[in-house]
Amino acid sequence: MSLTRHLNPRTLPLIITTTLFVALFGFGAISYDAFLSPQVFLNLLIDNGFLLVVAIGMTFVIISGGIDLSVGSIVALTTMVSASLVQHHHWSIWVILPLVLLMGCAFGLLHGVLIQVFRLQAFIVTLGGMFLARGLCYVISIDSISITDPTYTALSEYRLALGEETFISLSGIIALVTLAIAIFIAHYTKFGRTVYAIGGNERSALLMGLPVARTKIMVYVLSGFCSALGGILVTLYMLSGYGLHALGMELDAIAAAVIGGTLLTGGVGNVIGTLIGVLILGVIQSLIAFDGSLSSWWTRIAIGLLLFLFCLLQRIIERSGLGRKAKSTTA
Amino acid sequence: MTEQQAILQMQGIHKRFPGVVALKDVSLRLFPGEVHALMGQNGAGKSTLIKVLTGVENADSGDITLAGKAIRVTSVLEAQELGISTVYQEVNLCSNLSVAENIFIGRFPFRFGRIDWKTMNAKARTALAALNIDIDVSLPLSSYPVAIQQMVAIARALGTEAQVLILDEPTSSLDEDEVERLFDALRKLKAKGIAILFVTHFLDQTYAISDRITVLRNGELEGEYLAADLPRIQLINKMVGREIDESSFARQTESGEAKASAGEPFLAARNLGRAGTLRPLDLDVHAGQVLGLGGLLGSGRTETARLLFGIDHADSGSAKINGVPVSLNSPRKAIRQGLAFCPEDRKTEGIVAELSIRENIILALQAHRGIFRFLPLRKQTQIAEEYVKQLGIKTSDVEKPIGQLSGGNQQKALLARWLATEPKMLILDEPTRGIDVAAKLEIMDLVKTQCRKGLAILFISSEMSEVLRVSDRIAVLRDRQKIGELDGASADEQSIFRMIAGGES
Repeated sequence: MSLTRHLNPRTLPLIITTTLFVALFGFGAISYDAFLSPQVFLNLLIDNGFLLVVAIGMTFVIISGGIDLSVGSIVALTTMVSASLVQHHHWSIWVILPLVLLMGCAFGLLHGVLIQVFRLQAFIVTLGGMFLARGLCYVISIDSISITDPTYTALSEYRLALGEETFISLSGIIALVTLAIAIFIAHYTKFGRTVYAIGGNERSALLMGLPVARTKIMVYVLSGFCSALGGILVTLYMLSGYGLHALGMELDAIAAAVIGGTLLTGGVGNVIGTLIGVLILGVIQSLIAFDGSLSSWWTRIAIGLLLFLFCLLQRIIERSGLGRKAKSTTA
Repeated sequence: MTEQQAILQMQGIHKRFPGVVALKDVSLRLFPGEVHALMGQNGAGKSTLIKVLTGVENADSGDITLAGKAIRVTSVLEAQELGISTVYQEVNLCSNLSVAENIFIGRFPFRFGRIDWKTMNAKARTALAALNIDIDVSLPLSSYPVAIQQMVAIARALGTEAQVLILDEPTSSLDEDEVERLFDALRKLKAKGIAILFVTHFLDQTYAISDRITVLRNGELEGEYLAADLPRIQLINKMVGREIDESSFARQTESGEAKASAGEPFLAARNLGRAGTLRPLDLDVHAGQVLGLGGLLGSGRTETARLLFGIDHADSGSAKINGVPVSLNSPRKAIRQGLAFCPEDRKTEGIVAELSIRENIILALQAHRGIFRFLPLRKQTQIAEEYVKQLGIKTSDVEKPIGQLSGGNQQKALLARWLATEPKMLILDEPTRGIDVAAKLEIMDLVKTQCRKGLAILFISSEMSEVLRVSDRIAVLRDRQKIGELDGASADEQSIFRMIAGGES
């Protein structure tokens, strides 16, 4: 307990998460010969870039004290709209991209306004958005639409070589750029700090003269934008649009954020943690793939156990590190 | 000290709320480099006056001048820009952000389009150094105790070139050392020429730090005094005043009877206390007696009740019920021991407005029995009607929503709720607040009647005359500490005040 008291309770979960990731990766390296290569690490980003982007948006929402259940459905709708427009209507990708991003923002704006202006529960509002977006997919088509457009195919197959036999895909690059921008927004802009303040204590944030209403709405717009961007990455990764894409991704995104140290009660967390959360989910998948004998459902079991572990861990840190605060506020 | 010009002057302030006059021709002067205490009982108009000054409320009439210029404050932000900053009782900061951020959020220093954390941390250290605080400003605010958080709030308030600092009960959750630290900081600010308006209920603290005292009573200015010229007993008299017709509250204590029943106490607390809330005290509550808690607002009356009922946990001392040691650490346990508690705030902690009178009365009894021993409706109605009759609750039907009853009748229904559980001891916290005089008398009579049936009662009221009227014995509290006990039969208001003032006369 004395160890936790000296450490910043905000960074401790991050340290533990990082240690866990290194341990898992190390375990893989010892167990499987081919595991310890830069490409295995880069593949984590390539295969999970879209999840990272979506989870970043989710992290902002959770830090503000809210939740966004619609992200997976918006990802699916984005793939569907993109595929339909390019395959059936032969629109240019350069028109489609801004259009779907705008659509994501519009969903976020709708959620934000309902939540902030009409004081509705974020859980219910975004649950509504989740059903709506998922349902709209099937209005476009109940079948998967394969994309054969040359620009999409080219972008999908693009690989940036980082050395001999190591490369990163476009979606990996976009995910990393998004991460960098998110770190900047979270730590170096007034908007970012206001998100933390609202998650910490909304009433105080109001009394300190911060633009609470605008910021809360913007957080959902940001999440909608990230979902649409994640949807674009999924479209490139799968080269198809389908109503069943990204089923349950909202839960993966929440899991990644929580494993990365973001508190569901708001106010605490950061996007680097979310990156590591995504990498942990990815490395578990890789380990199971390398093993070859386990069913992929073991990933779920591992994630479930990890979530239990991390929630418990956060509570323990809270009790020891913030114990003094809890005692004094009830006095 | 040479006679100075007042930095802030409020004159002839009137403020009317629908049905009540909150402030009537109130004036206030603040001098630079002085701590000015604003004193008064509950409802005296202190908070309204501060709200007018900080732009939360607009006065109906009256003038405010700051540094010789007439000002009109219409919002908190405007007040802050003028240099009038307020620190509230609860720390209104975000405990998850760093100390430095809490001081600067909303007016971050920027560099190259991004928040300049280095400059911000340096500025925060300087701001806190001015208050004699040297801490790591990059840690979250929650890593520090409330006292430090309070200082951070002050540092934030001072940030915008404050000339006037208003502290609204800043010490209510601080312990003695922390209060001393706060006062050190205030003395430093005084020396810098900042005018400080200090609202508190603690007499010791008032005299420890204030140069000047303004007393409000019933929305009117009672007077402005130099602290050195105003003895405590006079301050108390001025705060409390005298407005209740003595004859209507003639004492009904039959001291002989009370004394006869006094033997082994029902509940005996020894050294019961909680750091920062209540200093250890001894308390005996006897069956068939009313123990009144006398004291000014903030003296620790409610805190005592909350400790006994297990809402707050005592961190020192022990309690015995009928001579058997008990640990009172949860309301459930307290209820099992035969205790019942009518809380102070009827609307939020007492009645369930949407439920019927019957449901409200039966609530505690049903909870006591547990859901597996459900009371049949017929039985419920019978109990409810019995208490409606016994306590004289004026209603045509026990199935009416309780929200439709008058305040006095709601209070009686609450009383019924706890009486229905057949408790051995009843704690009544401000049972007469917000109800008319006739209803007050009725409630007090009910208290006496129940007491005669052998119930032990702990009675809390801001109205000293009511405490005197119903109590067999009175425990006098001051500054969260018990300072003595008086016999209900022989005590009068003056003897209580003298005790509170600490023997001065």
